[in-house]
Parts: sequence; structure tokens; C-alpha cells
Amino acid sequence: MKLWLLLAYPALLFGQVPYKRILAADSEPSNWLTFAGGYQAHSYSQLDQINTSNISGLKIGWMYQIKVSHHFETEPLVFDGVMYITEPPSDVTALDIRTGRPIWTYRRSLPKDIIVCCGQVNRGLAALDDQLFVGTVDGHLVALDMQTGRVRWDVRVADYKEAYSITAAPLTVKDKIIVGVAGAEYGVRGFLDAYDAKTGKRAWRFWTVPGPGEAGNETWSGDSWKIGGATTWVTGSYDPQANLVYWGTGNPSPDYVGDDRLGDNLYSDAIVALDADTGTLKWHFQFTPHDVLDMDANQVPVLLDAEFRGRPRKLVLFANRNGFYYMLDRLTGEFLVGKQFARQTWAKGLDDKGRPTWNPEAVPTTAGALVYPDDDGTANWFSPSLNLKTGLFYQNVREKGAIQRLTREKPTYTPGRLFMGGHRLPIPGEEPWGALRALDWKTGETRWEFRVHTPPWCGVLSTAGNLVFSGTMEGDFFALDAVSGQLLWRIQTGGAIWANPISYMSEGKQYIVVSAGSSLIAFSLGQ
Amino acid sequence: MKRSIKSLASVIVACALLLGQTTEPVRQPNATTADVEQGERTYGTECSYCHGPQGVGAIGPVLAAPRIRRAQTDQALFQVIREGIPGTQMPASGLPAAQIWQLVAYVRSLGHVQQSNSTGDPNRGEQIYAGKGGCIQCHALSGHGGAIGPDLTDVGSRLDKDNLRTALLMPEASIPRDFMQVRLVTKDGKRLTGVRVNEDSFSIQIRDLSNRFHSFWKSELTELVKEPNRSPMPSYRQTLTPDELDNLIAYLESLKSNL
Repeated sequence: MKLWLLLAYPALLFGQVPYKRILAADSEPSNWLTFAGGYQAHSYSQLDQINTSNISGLKIGWMYQIKVSHHFETEPLVFDGVMYITEPPSDVTALDIRTGRPIWTYRRSLPKDIIVCCGQVNRGLAALDDQLFVGTVDGHLVALDMQTGRVRWDVRVADYKEAYSITAAPLTVKDKIIVGVAGAEYGVRGFLDAYDAKTGKRAWRFWTVPGPGEAGNETWSGDSWKIGGATTWVTGSYDPQANLVYWGTGNPSPDYVGDDRLGDNLYSDAIVALDADTGTLKWHFQFTPHDVLDMDANQVPVLLDAEFRGRPRKLVLFANRNGFYYMLDRLTGEFLVGKQFARQTWAKGLDDKGRPTWNPEAVPTTAGALVYPDDDGTANWFSPSLNLKTGLFYQNVREKGAIQRLTREKPTYTPGRLFMGGHRLPIPGEEPWGALRALDWKTGETRWEFRVHTPPWCGVLSTAGNLVFSGTMEGDFFALDAVSGQLLWRIQTGGAIWANPISYMSEGKQYIVVSAGSSLIAFSLGQ
Repeated sequence: MKRSIKSLASVIVACALLLGQTTEPVRQPNATTADVEQGERTYGTECSYCHGPQGVGAIGPVLAAPRIRRAQTDQALFQVIREGIPGTQMPASGLPAAQIWQLVAYVRSLGHVQQSNSTGDPNRGEQIYAGKGGCIQCHALSGHGGAIGPDLTDVGSRLDKDNLRTALLMPEASIPRDFMQVRLVTKDGKRLTGVRVNEDSFSIQIRDLSNRFHSFWKSELTELVKEPNRSPMPSYRQTLTPDELDNLIAYLESLKSNL
């Protein structure tokens, strides 16, 4: 971009993102101000320029290529003429949204002994005022100057040598930046942190595994709470009226062996509702008590105010890795709906409080237990999309089982070493598959599905153009009719799609953006 | 999950210098049975989640192979375990050197192919391969031949005599990965059987039994049947005499290319 243009339109570039602006994200659908598009995490765009009548004309507008080969899992932010993306492992780049040309890049120097279970990736960033915030795989939270990418502050959230890492997008709430950690495959003790956005000083920490004297500690036998996992590696959501942050928690450690951590293992595999100012627990709901199948509840909690069973309710919707769709009252945690939405054999069902009954045959043994889903789950970190025009909750679903087997040796904890106790084998002859399922948000019933060749790792975006966008591991990016599920458009991008799509508008033109392979691709209607 | 060969090579050279060793192929000279057993225990906790039990492969590549592409020597395998592979999910292990050497010993034991006392004549086997056996129609050898079945250029490094006999007599007993047989019918009535080359949600590519490549949109098909338990390879039980079979096996065992 030419200098004169920068000078002529200062307000259009490198703007400010005060908290009030994020609160009112719905009022500026041309932008994408926070993870999942807004605090309610609907991953829905009100833009309708691209719609069912013209989707066949969707073309590549621009592309941007990263130069490393880790999975490219970013969910961009867009505002004031600039797109901000994370590049793996922990870099940030600002792009001109008209052309895709880079403006600046923050490259983080990382130690070479980084410990991550599942790839050195990053799934997005947060903005507040004139700063951006990114978590790093070496366990830091970094504040960058939005205009230049220069570091304002850099704080250590946790020690990467103990295998703490950060891959999720942080979440801005008022004057704080909330950030979760990964590392439950290594026996870390999980937590969720909040930092003062201006100074980087830690404002609060909520340990997702309670210590002695705290409620829930009795659900861990012996000292197992010290190495209990329950990490917080997918971004949560926020209710400004209730001032509650909602966040999913991951598996207890070790993943597959529960003998030394007898009890429900709170608050693993749960959703926690925390006071945004203090981090105090308001309520919790545990989806998978005493998990031995790595059923992380690290999915995106979707918030909704709606009438349910005859009265207005504040709800949270949660399509869980364990194969059940849940609806809870988000002020109290009351269980309202639990409905299986994918093949699962680990649970015999849910009781009227939403508590599952374990199928004992699904518990891993050294001989192996055949179970659905496998330990990647039916859902995972990729976002669902809630579309209130259609009343549908769109969820990508992985249909894949496994033979979950314990290792002969019982796992022993050593800081920074894998602490899992098992592994999976494929089911002989099984060809895993996937589907984009449209669930009735009120019941969790599947209305339709669009089947894909293999289990997907792509989020879903739905739009006011009556479209649903998603992608596949084989590189297909596609659009469906949001009501019927009919395929309307597709393109082969040439690279596996591991990301959440978003939408924005620039100079009167709507774009759909997703990363595929090493490319970030912005689609728009042809001239 | 992709890699930088150049940086890996630099790491290997740098570490070899640190150790005062050369980058020439080196094998761990003093591995004992106890080392292999201890390596197996370490493998169970540190490696099996990604590489599968006994190195069968999972998220990470198969290790139960005589040659591992990124670690063709024991020294290279040691360095990969110690340093990881930049740009991939393979992390630096952080394990002490002695424990890494035990892991190396165990991993190498997984891919070890027993040498047999083959009674066949490999020279005669080569003639059967090219002639009566018709193997070249479907299998490539040093860049020549078909692609309906696996490349056999180094099959002697991968399969022992018993495996080879089983593959020749009962090909459907263990169908190699990535060689699924499919049958399809197009909307205009064309029927085709072949091996799946690739597939996504909207298309499928196959190689027919004459090695011809075909690509179809799934919307063009009225029938698509996958036959994961069937092999286009015939059993040689009736085709070859016992002597001919021994000769062919002896020839296949001798194929240990270093390409």
C-alpha cells in the first residue's frame, strides 16, 4: 500500500478496538473482531452478498502463503482494512484485506526443545485497543503493537519444559486477556488465566484441578490432582450481562489409565463458568466423569438467549467430543438437553442430570477395547456454527472408532514426558468418514447431513446468504444450502483444511476466508 | 508436519561433531537383548502414541521397516530421537543418550528381516518374474513395470521368505495399504475394476487392471463398491510349481535396492 494512502486514510488502517466495539461486534458484520465472530461464538456472518443465487460465481480473490509446514489452523481477525492472522508455530502477520499482501510479521524465536503433543500450531489471536495478543507454544502470552507488530509485553504463562503450551486464541474480556493452556498429555495441572491487557500482569488464575481444601479436590485420589491435566486449549465464550466466561476443559491425566486418580476428576472434561473479574467458579458441568478415553471437552461453548420449554432462557450449547450434544442453562449449569449426534459406544446413555453411564467394555485394556469415537472424538477444537435463521447448529462430525489399548507399563509421571498410558489402533477394515451435520439446536436431532470422505478437522461458517461453508482433509472447500444441505459450490484447494472459515467485507465486496495447506485463501464473487 | 531436510542434515552434522563422530553410517555396536527390552519399555511410553505399537505407524510413520527414510543409519535415528524433526510433529525427546540408544536398538529390531536359507534359484526366479509369473504387469522394479501393486524394488528388505510365500499364495491375506480394489459403474453403463489411486468427497481416481488411469466425479457414477478384502493379484498356488515358487521367492528375497 502506498504511503500517501496510509496517510490519507489513517482511520481505516490500524484502528482501535475498544472493548465496547467487541461487545457490539454484531453491529459491524463487515469485520471479524474476535474468535468465532462474537462473544456468543456463533461463527455466523450476517453478510449476504454471497448467497444461494450467486454462489456459483465464487472465485479466489487473493491468496497468502506461509513458509512453514506445520498445520495452518488460524482463524483471522479483520477490522479497519487489515486482517491479522497467526502463522504456525507462534507468529503473527498483518495483511492488507484488499490484496492479501503482508504489512508486517512478528516472528517468535522459539527454543528447540518445545514439547507439544499434537503439532506446533496456533488457532488465532485477540485484539483490544491498539494491541493484539497471541499465545505461544513455549507457553507465553505476547502483546503486540497493532500497527507495527512490535512486542509491547511478553509474559510467561507457564513453563514449556513441563510441557505447557498455548495454541488457542486468547479472549478479550473488558480490560483483560483470558488465555488457556495445553499439555494434559504430559500430566500438567490445568488452569485458565487472565492478564491485564495494558501491563501483562496476571489478574487471576483458575486451577481446573482443585487443590487441597478446595471443592472438587476430593474427586482425585491421593496426590493425583497435582498432575491431573484438564487443560483449557480451546477458546471459550463470554456473557457480558452475567459477567461469566464459559470455557471447556480437557482430559484428566494420564489419558487412558484412571487407577491412580479414582473419582470423577473434577473439573476435567467439563464446562466451567467463571466470574470474568475474579476467575471465581460460578458453576460447572462435567460431561465425562472419570474419563479414560481422552474425551477433552475442549470445544467451543455457543451462547444463545432463546425461549425454551415455554420461557426465555440463557443457554449454552455444546457439541462434545464424546458424541453428545448438550444444552445447559448458562446461569446455573442446569442440564436441559443431551442428545447423541454421532456414533458412540463408550456410554450407555445419559441420566436426567446429564451424567453418563460408562460402558465397561469401552474401558481400555492391554488387550484393547473397541470403542467409538476414537480419542480424536466426534467433535474437536474446530468451531460449530449456529444460524438462528435456520434454527440449525452446524457441526462437523468425525465418524471413526479405534481399538484403545493400554501400554504394558503403567505410566509414571516425569515433568515434560508423555503421561498417557495407552495408544490406539485402527479398527481393521474400517474406513473412517465424516459429515457436516445440521442439528436442531433445540433438540440436538440431526435434520440433515452432508457426508465427506474422511473425518474432518475444519470448522463451519454459516452466513445470512443462506450458506454453510466448510472443508475437508482432502482439500475440498464447499458451500451448502443452509436449509437443505444441498451442495451448491466446491473447489479443490490442494491442501488439507484445518481451520475455521470466516467472512468479511471490503470495499463493498464480501470475502470468505479459510486456510488450506499452506495457503490462506480469500474467496469473493468474480467481476 | 512437513520437514526441512536441510536443517535436519545440519543438526545431524552438528551433533555428530559434538559427539566426535562422523556422519558415516554407524550402528550401535553394543546393543544387548536387555537394551532392546528397555528400549521397548521406553517406546511404549514415549513413542507408541504416534508411531503405534511395535512401530506399525499411526500419526507418525511406520518404524517397523528395515529402512526409515529420515533415519537410515543408527546415528541418524539417534539424532532424530534426540533433536526431533523441525517443522514436523516429531519433537526432541529430551531423553538421556543411553536411553535413546536403547530406543534405537528396539526400533531397529522392529524392522529386522530374518535372512532365510532359501533353497530356490534367484536367477531362475528372475525369469519367472518377467515371464510366467507376469509380475511386471502390476509391480515396478527399479522404475520399470506397473503400479497396480506395490513397488518391489526393495521387497527383500521388507518381507521375509514366509511373508513372500503368503503374499504369493494368499494375496488377500494381507492387502498392502493404499491398494484398495474398487468396482464402479458409470451412468452410461461402463463397468470398471481397479485399484484406488486417490479419493475425496467428490471424486475418485483409479488405475484399472491394465494400468490405465481413470478419474471420475462421484456424481457420474451409479455404483461404487470398495473391496478392501479383495486383491487383484491372483494366487500362484495353481500357476507355479513348488520349485518355481521357491525360485521366485529366492529372487524376491534378493531384491534389496538401496535406491
